[in-house]
Amino acid sequence: MKKHIILLLLVVIVSKLSAQDIDDLMNSELSNEINYTSATFKSTRIINSHSVEQLKKQHLDFRISHRFGTVNNGISDFFGIDKSSIRLSLEYGITDWLMTGIGRSSFNQTYEGFIKVKILQQSTGEKNMPVSVNYFACVNEYTSDFVNTDLENYYSSRFSYIHQILIARKFNENLSLQLTPTLVHRNLVETVLETNDLYAIGIGGRYKLSRRIALTTEYFYSIRSSRSGSDYNDPFSIGVDIETGGHVFQLMLTNTSVMHESGFISGENNDNFFNGDIHFGFNITRIFSLKK
Amino acid sequence: MKKSILVILSLALLCVTAFSQNVYFTKGGNIDFLSKTPVENIEAVNNQVVSFLKTETGDLNFGVLIKSFKFKNALMEEHFNENYMESDKFPKATFKGQITNLDDIDIGNQGIYTANITGNLTIHNVTNEEETTAQIEVKAENIVAISTIIIKPEDYNIEIPDIVKEKIAKIITVNINIVYELYKK
Repeated sequence: MKKHIILLLLVVIVSKLSAQDIDDLMNSELSNEINYTSATFKSTRIINSHSVEQLKKQHLDFRISHRFGTVNNGISDFFGIDKSSIRLSLEYGITDWLMTGIGRSSFNQTYEGFIKVKILQQSTGEKNMPVSVNYFACVNEYTSDFVNTDLENYYSSRFSYIHQILIARKFNENLSLQLTPTLVHRNLVETVLETNDLYAIGIGGRYKLSRRIALTTEYFYSIRSSRSGSDYNDPFSIGVDIETGGHVFQLMLTNTSVMHESGFISGENNDNFFNGDIHFGFNITRIFSLKK
Repeated sequence: MKKSILVILSLALLCVTAFSQNVYFTKGGNIDFLSKTPVENIEAVNNQVVSFLKTETGDLNFGVLIKSFKFKNALMEEHFNENYMESDKFPKATFKGQITNLDDIDIGNQGIYTANITGNLTIHNVTNEEETTAQIEVKAENIVAISTIIIKPEDYNIEIPDIVKEKIAKIITVNINIVYELYKK
C-alpha cells in the first residue's frame, strides 16, 4: 500500500513538472546562450597601440593619424601644430578573428605591415571566459637614410619586429583594462648599450563618460638593465574617444610623435611628458563595410 | 501489485506525452527588421529566436537576445547594441501573449488560419501592449507562423540623437517567421 502512495506521489510530481509553464521553458532556453562581450574598446587602437578589438569580416578601415610638435613652444609654432607627423594606413578584416593592415608613417619614413589574431573572446552565460586575448605581430621598415654612415649598413638593419599578447577585460559597461606584454626586436640599435630584444609591458584602459565619449590612457614600461640617465622615455598618453556615426575620433595628449610600434615602445624619440613636452594629436578612422 | 505499478507508470507517461503534444517550440526562429529612410536603410536579421506555442491555451511567447541581431555593417551593429538598445543592461527582448481567436484555428487539421494575437512586448526594459495578426499554417510535421509588427523606437524609450535623426526611421517594420516543431524534452 505504501508503495502505491509513493508511486502516486511520483505521478503527481511528474505531471506537475510536465505542466510547468512555457515561461519557465523560455527562461531555461535563453539562459543557455553564450553572451559574448562586445565593444571592449571603441577602436582597434587604445591610443597609439592596438586594443583587443578586431575589424569585422570584410570591413575596411582607412586611418589618418597626426601628431603635432610639443605644445610648450607656445604661439611661435602655434602650440606644435606647425610641426606635424602623419601616419596613413589601410586595414582589413579577413575574418572576424583575423585582421591585417599596411601603413606608412612620416617619422623615419617607416612602412609597416601587421596581423592581429583573436585567440579568446570574453563571454558570460553558457561559456564563461574572463578575458579577451589577441596576438599581434608587426614588421617595421625604416626607409630614411642611415644616421651613421661610418658603419656598413645592411638592408636588414632597416627592419624591426614586434610581438604582443593583448589581454583585456571589460569590467563593466564603462571600464575596460588591457595588459600588453611586448617583445620588440630591432636588427639595428642606436648604441652598444641597447639590446636588440627589448621587452616591455603595456597597460591601457578606457572609461566611458557617455554613450559616445570615452576617456582613454596608455603606458608602456620597457625593461632595460639600466634606466637611470638614459634619454629613453616610456610612452604615456591620455585621450578622448568621440564617436559620430561611421567615424571614431581619438584625440590625445602624448609624449611621443612616433606612431609605429617599434618606435614609440622603444622610446628613443619620446619626450618627457612631465616636463611639459606634450604633443597633441588625433586618429581619425573611417570604416567601410564591403559586405554584399 | 505489478499490474497497479504498470497502470500508474503508464498514467505518468500519459501525463508527459499529453503535455508535449500541445507545446510547440523553436530555437531557430527568424526575426528581421527594417528602418527605411531616404538617407539609408538599416536592416538586421536574428536567426536565433526562441519561441513556445501552447496550442491548448493559445499561449505564445518569444525571447530573443538583442546581440544576436546581425547587420551587414559591423559598426551599425555595435552602435545598435551600445548606443540604442544598451544590450549589456537589457540583453533580451520578450513577448508574452495569446491567440485570442483560438476557436477559429483547428490545430488538429492541416490548413492555413489567421490568428489574432495580443500580448506584452518588452524591449529595452519597456513593456507595451501590442496587437497583430499572424498567418498560421498547420502542416503534418510542423506549424509555420508568419507575422509583421510595426514598432516605434520612442515607445520603447530608445533615444535617437538629433544628428542621426534623419537616418533612423520613426517606425520600424519587424517581420517574424517561425517554424514550430513539437516540443520534446
